[in-house]
Amino acid sequence: MDLGLFAQYVMNGLMLGMMYALVAVGFTLFFGVLDVIKFSHGDVLTVGAFTALATFAGLNVLGLKSQWFDLAIMLVLATLAMALLGMLIARYLVMPLRSAPPLNTLLITLMLGTVLRESVRLFYPQGANPKPFPALLPRSSIDLGEFNLRLDNVLMLAAGVAVIVGLQYLLNRTKLGLAIRAVAQDEETARTMGINFTAIVLVTFAIGSGLAAFAGVMDGLYYNEVNFGIGLYLGVVGFSAAIIGGLGSIYGAILGGFLFAGLQTVGTVMLPFASAYKDVFAFAVVIAIMAWRPTGLIREKISERV
Amino acid sequence: MIRTGKLATAGLTALAIALAVGVASAKDKVKVGFIGPLTGGVSVNGIGGRNSADLAVRLRNADAKAKYTYELVVLDDECKPNVAVQVATKMAADKDIIAAATHYCSSTAIATVDTYHKFGFPVIVWGAVLPDITYRNKYAEVHRVNGTMINQNDVNAELISKLGFKTVAVIHDTTDYGKGHNKYFSEALARIGKAKIVGTFGVTADQQDFAAELTKIKALNPDVIYFGGLTPIGVRIRSQMDKLGIKAVFDATSGIVSDAYIQGLGPLAEGTLAFREGAPTDKLPGGKFFMEKYNAQKYDNPPEAYGAFAFAAMSMILDSIEKVGPDRNKVIADLANVKNRPSIVGNITFDDHGQNTVAVITKYVVQDGKFTEWDESEYASGKRKLPGQK
Repeated sequence: MDLGLFAQYVMNGLMLGMMYALVAVGFTLFFGVLDVIKFSHGDVLTVGAFTALATFAGLNVLGLKSQWFDLAIMLVLATLAMALLGMLIARYLVMPLRSAPPLNTLLITLMLGTVLRESVRLFYPQGANPKPFPALLPRSSIDLGEFNLRLDNVLMLAAGVAVIVGLQYLLNRTKLGLAIRAVAQDEETARTMGINFTAIVLVTFAIGSGLAAFAGVMDGLYYNEVNFGIGLYLGVVGFSAAIIGGLGSIYGAILGGFLFAGLQTVGTVMLPFASAYKDVFAFAVVIAIMAWRPTGLIREKISERV
Repeated sequence: MIRTGKLATAGLTALAIALAVGVASAKDKVKVGFIGPLTGGVSVNGIGGRNSADLAVRLRNADAKAKYTYELVVLDDECKPNVAVQVATKMAADKDIIAAATHYCSSTAIATVDTYHKFGFPVIVWGAVLPDITYRNKYAEVHRVNGTMINQNDVNAELISKLGFKTVAVIHDTTDYGKGHNKYFSEALARIGKAKIVGTFGVTADQQDFAAELTKIKALNPDVIYFGGLTPIGVRIRSQMDKLGIKAVFDATSGIVSDAYIQGLGPLAEGTLAFREGAPTDKLPGGKFFMEKYNAQKYDNPPEAYGAFAFAAMSMILDSIEKVGPDRNKVIADLANVKNRPSIVGNITFDDHGQNTVAVITKYVVQDGKFTEWDESEYASGKRKLPGQK
């Protein structure tokens, strides 16, 4: 294969993997602290992307047209709004169901996801149509043979890496991170050590949902188009990525995200019978991996199910 | 007393008028039917079609030379196959109804062909475009005045070949709709033999990321990317083509002819090709006549894109009944021999499947944020050029 073409595939896969990983990290965080699977996660991403879009429209009305300033405001507003939404979901839907069977949480968040998705479709002006997302990053690109290296893609990848590194730092080097890890490991002990359990759960949901908003904005900038259905698919993929990586493990989620993107790219490039089956291929491999390692590629350090 | 007197006078007058009218139209009454989506998401098209069929009946009833007085029976298929089968059965089982103009939605038209065949009930489809409606079976009862996606793709392949493009990559969604487009386009292109297909890519109808497919296509370096599918993924593919620096012509189908396509892409939509069955009503041979008569009736809704076809279908049914009498079998026999029969949508010729073979197809190119008819565009006149156009 041509080297330039190969580089292009790698770049495509990295961008895709970064978005999957950001969503998967959210799933794994929620599972870590509460042992719940929150299926509305993908749709929170959609709402985040549309919040950013609405912010952009608002800024335009105000006459502010500076690219970087717009982007910063959009990111901050979308992230904060989704962090708040995540906390509300945790406080009023997930936590009250703690003593109920886990299936209830799964169902209620699945339904919430539908509500969020349909709300965007019905209440955002002409929400059923695909919406153009502004290209706010520099659009210059270098043509290296078959490889079209775009500056905006590089910036997005760098931002994604920065966010993940930041999250790692937060979890492993700060008091808050210590508290989150403590709650994830053992709720009872964490409580006796004076950790405010409710507050930590809410903060974790805020972080995970904020990450989803970031991924949503990134999705919009990458494709220059958003629609009410983006979160559904990203949610399913992100969830699968978190599972193959090992639910509860941050590194596992990231690994899972990039692995899934890689599988899809390989599926399209290598399979002779056209690309229609790339998802079939990717999910089939995921099933095989789950059969091989039911607890994921990277296991939680301390398994709760002794 | 005065009151009663007045009432009596009014009553008598009314009676006299009724008698007069009765005498004037001492013709046999014949019932004909119309089925379309009158409620739900596509109801504007159904109501436009209903009004147009109604117009055909009214004009005929006003015509002194007509042998019969016609009554239009209207039923609503809601664009749902299950509802369509019910109303089709109801209409076909009523022996007083001789023939009908039926269906705007492909899903309802294909669901009901067996019903019409079973009851021996002659119908003319006025709006649905799926080829299978006329071509899956060879039912003498089923006819269609509008074109199918076969005609659309023939015209598409012709234009691409005429413009001198040599290589085409095909992307289609994997629904029946997208697969149909792929099939008929590939066949038409092969028949003309000037351009060849370098790769075919099936994608899911809600796919978000096309980078891998498009990168593969970029390596194939085609002149044209043909897309068989609907607006949402059409927008994504066109926008991701740009990201990967692919400069090929984006050649699509009726599935993207909508404002949403242009709104979703902005300036990137420029130069996109698309094709659609039918034509803007004012471009049809009898379009002006039709619009004048339609406006004179002061209907609440415009006829929409397929109203003229509903009018043509109904007029054709009335012509047949005038000619052979109100008998289903005779009408079927008459419709089996339709060659160059004039109508407001142009001359109609049915092939052995009852499909109109000289269907009107309109070619579009996006120019300055609008779907412009190709022949009137600056691309056709040579003022602007598509990428790679000679």
